[in-house]
Amino acid sequence: MSTAETALGAPAWNDPNRVGHHGYGHRPGGEPTGHGEGGPASKRVIVGFGFWIYLLSDIIMFSAFFAAYAVLANATAGGPTGRQLFNLTNVGVETGCLLASSFAGGMASIAAAVRNQLWTQISLLVTGVLGAAFLYLELHEFALLVAQGAGPTRSAFLTAFFSLVGLHGTHISVGLLWLGTMMAQIWAKGFQGYIMRRLLCFTLFWHALDIIWVALFTIVYLMGAG
Amino acid sequence: MLGKLSWDAIPFDQPIPMLTSVVVAVVILGVLFWVWRRGYTPYLWSEWITSVDHKRIGVMYCVLALVMLIRGFADAIMMRAQQALAFHSEGYLPPEHYNQIFSAHGTIMIFFVAMPFVIGLMNFVVPLQLGVRDVAFPTLNSVSFWLTATGVLLVNISLVVGEFSRTGWLAYPPLSELKYSPGVGVDYYLWSLEIAGVGTLTGGINLATTILKMRAPGMSYLRMPVFCWTSLAANLMIVAVFPVLTATLGMLLLDRYLGFHFFTNEAGGNVMMYVNLIWIWGHPEVYILILPAFGVFSEVVSTFSHKPLFGYRSMVAATMAICILSLLVWLHHFFTMGAGGDVNAVFGIASMIISVPTGVKLFNWLFTMYGGRVRFEVPMLWSIGFMITFTIGGMTGVLFAIPPADFLIHNSLFLIAHFHNVIIGGVLFGVFAGYTYWFPKAFGFTLDERLGKAAFWCWFFGFYLAFMPLYAVGLLGMTRRMQHYDVAAWRPWLLLAMVGAVLIMCGIGFQVAQLVVSIRTRDQRIDVMGDPWDGRSLEWATPSPPPAFNFAVLPNVEGEEAYWGIKQRAIETQQMVAEPDYHAIEMPRNSPTGFVTAFFATVTGFSLIWHIWWLVVLGLVGAFATFVVFAWRDVHEYEISAAEVAKVDRARRQARLAVLPTLKAPT
Repeated sequence: MSTAETALGAPAWNDPNRVGHHGYGHRPGGEPTGHGEGGPASKRVIVGFGFWIYLLSDIIMFSAFFAAYAVLANATAGGPTGRQLFNLTNVGVETGCLLASSFAGGMASIAAAVRNQLWTQISLLVTGVLGAAFLYLELHEFALLVAQGAGPTRSAFLTAFFSLVGLHGTHISVGLLWLGTMMAQIWAKGFQGYIMRRLLCFTLFWHALDIIWVALFTIVYLMGAG
Repeated sequence: MLGKLSWDAIPFDQPIPMLTSVVVAVVILGVLFWVWRRGYTPYLWSEWITSVDHKRIGVMYCVLALVMLIRGFADAIMMRAQQALAFHSEGYLPPEHYNQIFSAHGTIMIFFVAMPFVIGLMNFVVPLQLGVRDVAFPTLNSVSFWLTATGVLLVNISLVVGEFSRTGWLAYPPLSELKYSPGVGVDYYLWSLEIAGVGTLTGGINLATTILKMRAPGMSYLRMPVFCWTSLAANLMIVAVFPVLTATLGMLLLDRYLGFHFFTNEAGGNVMMYVNLIWIWGHPEVYILILPAFGVFSEVVSTFSHKPLFGYRSMVAATMAICILSLLVWLHHFFTMGAGGDVNAVFGIASMIISVPTGVKLFNWLFTMYGGRVRFEVPMLWSIGFMITFTIGGMTGVLFAIPPADFLIHNSLFLIAHFHNVIIGGVLFGVFAGYTYWFPKAFGFTLDERLGKAAFWCWFFGFYLAFMPLYAVGLLGMTRRMQHYDVAAWRPWLLLAMVGAVLIMCGIGFQVAQLVVSIRTRDQRIDVMGDPWDGRSLEWATPSPPPAFNFAVLPNVEGEEAYWGIKQRAIETQQMVAEPDYHAIEMPRNSPTGFVTAFFATVTGFSLIWHIWWLVVLGLVGAFATFVVFAWRDVHEYEISAAEVAKVDRARRQARLAVLPTLKAPT
């Protein structure tokens, strides 16, 4: 820990009057943040920061699909509307699965932080099973809609709906593939620095998909069914 | 088995694409044969194709751009020749071929010439200017480059297998929907841009992270060279808008492949949504291109005027202002949509406001030159040519920002003249200035000056001769993309434009000659010291070409113009700073991941275009396998020993010490 303290006794890096001047770019632990004049940041900071920028770009891609949904939401072309189609119970269970999956992912981070292989694997497995359950419920909903003649080709509204929800589902599917690879890697290689950085990215990814789902649940399902 | 692919896909009956393909195939095979015969294959594989060194990747981006410039220019001169001939006649290009040519010209020039050139310069220069050893994610950098190369490959395959899009460079629906464009042309366009776009996005993430998190000790934001600032702005914009491009083209793909209704005429699809979305990407895109060029001019004007850049902080502020404003003006590309007077006025005024920070920049460059000792070498000629030309292009741009004027001149050749005025006179002049300026840094020898000047004058006058007539003929009412016409008043202007295109061709010829002559006479033009232009930023502190690790010891930055300060102190005291302690350096290991990923991306893209579904699955499985293999590797870095580092750095110091007595402090 840094011993640099101001006259008031507060650590210099925490002084509200020195906002943006974290002791020339160093955290109290001495790990460079890349901020200010402290030189290049540590690998952990660089990887986490870069992945955040990726997530922001991904959220922008979703926002394009959200915008398309907003434009086309009423373009039902004489076909069914959201109010007639959405089953909030099913979506509620889906949401529960996804949030619980994210919670399990958080538990995996904690287990990995204390280097506990068994609990890391169990938590990641729970994360994956809940994610797969979410995906199953989503595909089940899609199948039911298509069976009623309310597939994505029926109207522009359904096109936008299937694309937005499907894009999120595609992300979950890719995330599950990543998760499986990640578990095998932690098992085979243990908690090395680069493995921990990848786990950090995976959990960031998984939580970001939660954030998107919350927006999706509100805008598409709650506002559409209400 | 092969989806829609059959022998009919190859246009045996059309001599132009067939002949071109044969020539291109012969050239490629010839180069490959030469490489193999001279025994360069292992060198090419281990030093370039699998390289994760930002400098090598930057050079490969620029080479790709230069090659595609010739392809794009071939399209351009064919169009000029067609319009010169097609008065009261059909010319020599049938409409379906002409439409492919103007679509390919725009797509190639923006995505595969301007973009890779600008990204290549940023890749090469930014880590050197920041005083660090590589970008944030070196292997990802290689993946980005090779995905761009995949896009290039797919566009060029369309020349001989199938056809290219006939829908213009932005593929507006409903024309680009399956109903009106049933062929594979639009699919080639969409998949090559989707794949290359992913490469651009990851490249943008990479450079933004590098600039924000990896700078030499002491290099605070306001000590970064302006080129780093403009690169930061450009890469932030890439991160902000390329996802929108991916999404928009993805929607059109869903329409075409699965019968969705985003942009169709039926079932509630909304065509104008496509136009809005594509320009939300498209307008910032032009600033993604021009801002790094502004950065190049800032470096060049300051270096060749022997003065610090005038108004550094206002330059930074102007750059970031443009970065934000450029996201707020997309609607000026379709004032005629009918959004109403209020909406048009807001976007018109926002568009005019951009000219304020741009004007600030222009005056800063002029004031940098004022009172300086200006050296009229080739990079400076491109910069002065830019200042004059871009001002004219900027003024016609402000004219377009006035909605009532736009109603009259939109979609005419006046528009074509305007955006060529800013893209050639801005972006292209900028990358040529940067190419000449940083070439000795990349290769260790300078480019021939006489041929460089000849190239500049041909391009400069060629540009004016080719595009000023288009302003005139646009005001006479000629719309863009016309395959033939019968208005006699247009003819002289189009003939004049043809002469201009020929002059530009001479410019390109001189550039090729310059490269060949410079390589052949490189022994006489070696850059021994590593600072051929009396530079001011950190890239000139390294030897030319820089070693893999760039800096033996990360420089300690104590002010703006980091290298200039070090250099002046050395000149005053007639000695260099004491030799540092050398330590071993860990550098990222080379990896074929990027190349292999691009191979599978090409397979997947091609089979998607031709509906070869089993091959799509195979390509995706291959891509995932590549990911797993890469993730499984245990050794990520290799070590350069302290002795090796010391050897390289002592050679650098010796070269500099030798010239130190001849350098004089500025008077």
